[in-house]
Amino acid sequence: MATTVSYDAVEVGTELPAQSFPVTRATLVRYAGASGDFNPIHWNEKFAKEVGLPDVIAHGMFTMAEAIRVVTDWAGDPAAVIDYGTKFTKPVVVPNDDKGATVEVSAKVAAKLDDEARTVRVDLVAMSDGQKVLGMARAVVKLA
Amino acid sequence: MALDQSFVGRTYPATEPYEVGREKIREFAESVGDANPAYTDPEAARALGHPDVIAPPTFVFAISFRAAGLVIRDPQLGLDYDRVVHGEQKFAYTRPVVAGDRLTVTSTIESIKSLAGNDVVMVRGEVHDADSLHVVTVHTKLVARAAEEA
Repeated sequence: MATTVSYDAVEVGTELPAQSFPVTRATLVRYAGASGDFNPIHWNEKFAKEVGLPDVIAHGMFTMAEAIRVVTDWAGDPAAVIDYGTKFTKPVVVPNDDKGATVEVSAKVAAKLDDEARTVRVDLVAMSDGQKVLGMARAVVKLA
Repeated sequence: MALDQSFVGRTYPATEPYEVGREKIREFAESVGDANPAYTDPEAARALGHPDVIAPPTFVFAISFRAAGLVIRDPQLGLDYDRVVHGEQKFAYTRPVVAGDRLTVTSTIESIKSLAGNDVVMVRGEVHDADSLHVVTVHTKLVARAAEEA
């Protein structure tokens, strides 16, 4: 573990640099291939609508993977993230145009968990089209 | 259709080892646009104290979900696969996944609930390396949505 963020330097309320992540249909096709999740709701508009969705939606795991980048970019060493969980509350709807959708992620230190283990809890908020798409998104991060 | 509660606690056989490749990690990192060198550059990963490139925190889901297929497609359990959506996901790491790892997954049904006609199944996947040491525990909540016509 070689994060450069010092446990002593963070406080409850410390905000991590927010980021926004673009998502297009091409992004989803690429993620499908890399992750092995070929569920057609993530690339086939006709199928997505037949099962009651408004349009093609992003993989929940794609959104989860993007959101944690706010934490891993902050920590430097991705292995500093020792625990990460979320609920999938709303889908990220991805229209078939050149803009697609955007996932906006902010995060802050919500608790200092253990002075000896030097762990903090980071709470994340992920928004797309004005709606929270992840619920109770939390990571435990081991700092220096 | 309510699922059989007697399946709670059932553990499925461990999967065959999945060998984690450097290029697979690179492909995954690139698919989420993540340029962290710990995922692609062995030297950068070693500088952080890792034996080789490591995988992003959610990478292991691809392996654990394949293992959870034993549960999802267990004809005796009878989950309606076409109506399954992903409700929650959690990873608890002992150490990061590293290129060269040979990982096995053992899936256990932790709970079965019926909520408003939806079947809710919690699956725990224990991921171990070739030395049988723990790498990560993966918790996946699957929700089989009630059929509209019912």
